[in-house]
Amino acid sequence: MSAALDTPAALAPIAYWRLVLLLALATLAMAAVSLAIGYARLDLWAALADWLAGRQTLPALVLAELRLPRAVLGALVGFSLGMAGAAMQGLLRNPLAEPGILGISSAAAFGAVVVFYSGFAGAFALALPLGGIAGAMLAVLLLYGFIGRGAGTMTLILAGVAINSFAGAMTSLALNLAPNPYAALEIVFWLMGSLADRSLVHVWLVLPLMLLGWALLLSCAPALDGLTLGEDTARSLGFDLTWLRARLIGGAALSVGSAVAVTGAIGFVGLVVPHLLRPLIGHRPGRLLLVSGFGGAILTLAADTALRLLPIRPELKLGVVTALIGAPFLFSLIHRLRQEA
Amino acid sequence: MLIEAKDIAVALGGKPVLRGIDLTLRTGELVGLIGPNGAGKTTLLRVIANLLPHAGAVLYDREPAKAIGHKALARRIAFLAQGGAVHWQMRAEAVVALGRLPHRRPLGEMTAADQDAIARAMLATDAASFRDRTLDSLSGGERMRVLLARALAVEAEMLLADEPLAGLDPRHQLEAMTLLRRVAASGAGVVVVLHDLTLAGRFCDRLVLLDQGRILADGPPDAVLGDDHLSQAFGISVARGRRDGEDFVLPWHSLNDKETAR
Repeated sequence: MSAALDTPAALAPIAYWRLVLLLALATLAMAAVSLAIGYARLDLWAALADWLAGRQTLPALVLAELRLPRAVLGALVGFSLGMAGAAMQGLLRNPLAEPGILGISSAAAFGAVVVFYSGFAGAFALALPLGGIAGAMLAVLLLYGFIGRGAGTMTLILAGVAINSFAGAMTSLALNLAPNPYAALEIVFWLMGSLADRSLVHVWLVLPLMLLGWALLLSCAPALDGLTLGEDTARSLGFDLTWLRARLIGGAALSVGSAVAVTGAIGFVGLVVPHLLRPLIGHRPGRLLLVSGFGGAILTLAADTALRLLPIRPELKLGVVTALIGAPFLFSLIHRLRQEA
Repeated sequence: MLIEAKDIAVALGGKPVLRGIDLTLRTGELVGLIGPNGAGKTTLLRVIANLLPHAGAVLYDREPAKAIGHKALARRIAFLAQGGAVHWQMRAEAVVALGRLPHRRPLGEMTAADQDAIARAMLATDAASFRDRTLDSLSGGERMRVLLARALAVEAEMLLADEPLAGLDPRHQLEAMTLLRRVAASGAGVVVVLHDLTLAGRFCDRLVLLDQGRILADGPPDAVLGDDHLSQAFGISVARGRRDGEDFVLPWHSLNDKETAR
């Protein structure tokens, strides 16, 4: 019987892990490109040698203080956004679910802005990511309360619009009450989302929180597969949905919240990447998580590298670039979903 | 496996849906759950599958679900939901493979036993020929067979199926009922929600007739499909006949409708 029905390639775990490995290697390659490209010419090997030897030369400083944090944060933030997008889509069973569209990113930004203002950011370093995570958590809880189980596309988008505009209004309120115009300007630029001028301190700050978030999301992979057939079937397959939602909400808030807190809001990565990769893993929501993580890292690094190559000064903000790519993509996706419906 | 439901009551949105239900289910038996729309068939099936909070007790081999645990119960009871929503366009075989999730260890991949169970289930439902097609490319009937194969792939002691015949053409309806009877004959228990009284009477070992949240009749098809039961629950009269030594019923008149009740 099993001879008549041999294992086809798309089900085979080997093909899946091969794809994961390929994307991981591509992420490394893209990070290397990001390291190599910048405004000043840099002899990468010499800089690396100096840095590792502890010599405080200019190339070593450029590498350690400018290039490396930018590349690493790009990979981490992109990974978080890609994986969180795939996870939200799996939970809500809707391809339009994405941290940016659903308002999770803007709520995280609002959380971070509150921390900026209150002065907590100066008091202890973790305050900023924690503020972002709190904002993200609030948004996901609100979202889930709004739409409950099995949301239609329309409800989902409307809930996102509501959360986005509320978080936007609160952020504007904070800007409105800003003590001086320069502080307001600084926040506006930060909100646009950028990887420029971050340091390795930021990396160490968010890395543990992101890792925890990723682990939580990845632990949901089999349950997300089960959810393909609806909530009753998933529960009948032995998954505790309350616990599943808690892990997904917590994981998305941890990863997206800390990403937004250090880089500002970078939208659409979680929408574009899962959509492009879904056919490659046979539309299985569980397998989409890891793959989308790497895909998100690649896209974010590529966009950040591209904007440094563009002859536009001042440098475009990464969030602006991803929105310019992502928004038309969203239009086309909605158009297609309408045709299918 | 022996499932005993005792004094089950369920209210949804403040409205009582089930009241005072006592029901015993055994393996090796094909039980048809029948009743008019809104009688509480789906609700009762979900209660038995441990998917719905309820008053009263459901015991699985004299143990409550809590004592058995989610995962262990999922290996023993397979549930086929009504409507058959599939949210992502996975291949048919990948959908069937979801039935093996309760058997999977954390981080474990599929074993040869899993592959065999998937293959058996797809052959049984005649779904093997489109295993590589995505669900959106299948007809309603093909889709239903894939979903039925998904439930069979669990290889549970008890299969609870909510309207598995919906959308099937007559041949596949007959084949699906034959298959369910074979599943019961192989030792598993099957509870199936049906709207077709003719098929219910012909294939099931036992029928449970629900009406307004209560069990109106429970027993062999001949006893349950009596005129008084059917007129009370469905408001219909039936034509009766005999073929191959078996009695059958055919819904004939609506008792509300002057046109057909002439």
